Amino acid sequence: MSTREAQAERPVEPQAAPQSAPQAAKGAMRGDLGAVRREMARRLALLTPAMGIIILVMVVPLALMLTYSFLTSARYGGVIWEFSTDAYLQFLFVRDLDDSLLFNDTYLRIFARSFGLSLATMGVALLIGFPAALFIALQPPKYRTMLIFLVTIPFWTNLLVRNYAWILLLRDRGLINNTLMDLGVISQPLPLIYNNFGITLGLVYSFIPFMVLPIYASLEKLDWRLVEAAYDLGANRWEALKRVIIPLAKPGIIAGSVLVFVPSLGAYITPQLLGGGRNLMIGNLIQLQFGASQNWPFGAALAFILLAIVLLALVLWALRARRSGTSLKEVEIG
Amino acid sequence: MANRTAAPKPVSLKRFPGLATGAAFFFVYLYLPILFVVFLSFNENRIATIWTGFTFDWYPLVLGNADVLRAAQNSLIVATFASVIATMAATLAALAMTQGRAMRRQEVVNGSLALPLLIPEIVTAVATLIFFVAIGMPLGLLTITAAHTVFCIPFAYLPIRARLEGMDPSLREAAFDLYANERQAFFRVTLPLLWPGILSGLLLAFIVSLDNFVITFFVSGPGSTTLPVYIYGMIRTGVTPEVNAVSALLLLVSLVLVTVALLLSRRET
Repeated sequence: MSTREAQAERPVEPQAAPQSAPQAAKGAMRGDLGAVRREMARRLALLTPAMGIIILVMVVPLALMLTYSFLTSARYGGVIWEFSTDAYLQFLFVRDLDDSLLFNDTYLRIFARSFGLSLATMGVALLIGFPAALFIALQPPKYRTMLIFLVTIPFWTNLLVRNYAWILLLRDRGLINNTLMDLGVISQPLPLIYNNFGITLGLVYSFIPFMVLPIYASLEKLDWRLVEAAYDLGANRWEALKRVIIPLAKPGIIAGSVLVFVPSLGAYITPQLLGGGRNLMIGNLIQLQFGASQNWPFGAALAFILLAIVLLALVLWALRARRSGTSLKEVEIG
Repeated sequence: MANRTAAPKPVSLKRFPGLATGAAFFFVYLYLPILFVVFLSFNENRIATIWTGFTFDWYPLVLGNADVLRAAQNSLIVATFASVIATMAATLAALAMTQGRAMRRQEVVNGSLALPLLIPEIVTAVATLIFFVAIGMPLGLLTITAAHTVFCIPFAYLPIRARLEGMDPSLREAAFDLYANERQAFFRVTLPLLWPGILSGLLLAFIVSLDNFVITFFVSGPGSTTLPVYIYGMIRTGVTPEVNAVSALLLLVSLVLVTVALLLSRRET
């Protein structure tokens, strides 16, 4: 029995005795309904501040953003309240002098680049993150907590500073190039920064905790008797890993991949600092529309397209997770 | 020999060659960049990434910079207001979601509270900027605080809800049985047990607000520069020891706060 019911019934009890049975039943029912209603009202009141803030400063702005994407751009930023699909047309076409539309793949290419870089980030993060998660899962429980703590900590430090740190490591006179040149391995600095390599490295670094934590959550629950059975059936380590451990860790691997892919796709800081401004990703393209280009409807349309892609990825993942019976809760951080 | 093959099996079963090396590489990758920034903040050499000697000079220089101090002050004001408001709202929401009967649409509400985590930061930034401009609110500390409060809510909500879920509901029931009313049960039973969760949520919310760059960059106006936005400006003009020092300070603050927060959230109910 819930506490609310217990509390609601208590005042009814002393009165119930002298009443006739049907009346008492009616009273109890009315009391119950009242209690349910009171509980609903209490819940609603408690949820109002949090939901109110999220709706007012997040949901309403998102709706407004969608509206702006269908308006006409004002010359120096902002919009003119006139319906237009120009923002979406601009994504794929340029208007020729005679007003005919010519296909233009400039923006599509930036989206494709962002996809490619995010997929590469996901792959590298998996390659580095999986062994780390497996290693942690194989430690005695008291060390596991410590190690997971160490994985989590960088996530809570400043993303800007963490990306800046890579400038110090990767640039021509940075730690890596200096060390390699001092050792005589190379005579010219390697191009480690302001290219796709630098961006991928920075993105992996930014989001790798999201890969390790869900994989660890899957591996931690793994029944090692299954691995033992694989060995007993003649599997070697590699086969046991490939055919038992990895399939069982799949929910974690998929969750980790989604959680790395999604923020990579919308990244702004990493391509800005480690891409050197020439290697645009979607995030930078969006920001430009509110900065130098002053084309708010186009910026809103780009942001909306990004949001649609991200939500689609999340929905597909949620459907998959539901089908395979894993809970999204497993991957929460903290 | 025959005896020895059977015994060590449970150990060797969990041993993969090269795994420890891979994990060591991972942790070096994770911490080397952070430690290198801190290391260079004590480097005497102004220009290159070459170590020429220890100095503590950059810290007083940075802490004596009026612009840095003003940015830090703005950051603290925003983070304090945003995290306190978000934590209060999140605490109430967590109480609604954990006490009493399971609710229909519980997942929808939980999903909405997690919404700020799911939506790409750049999208939130654009939407919030458009919103404030459309309603004619001048960009400044107020708009930054409002925007921060939103994404602080899920960070505060999760540890508080986790704490509440780990609490024994019979304690609150016992309070009601002893004729406590709703208010007394909350202040005398629930709240004292919930404090570590609330504090943990507050600290995490404070950190994410203090460290936020992208959304702040969009909704800050002239004179309302926060520390990360200021650092971004410094980085754009070049790598200097001042950037290293102020970055190291910001890292330190986050590290201390997150350690306290995570230790608090691990404490037994």
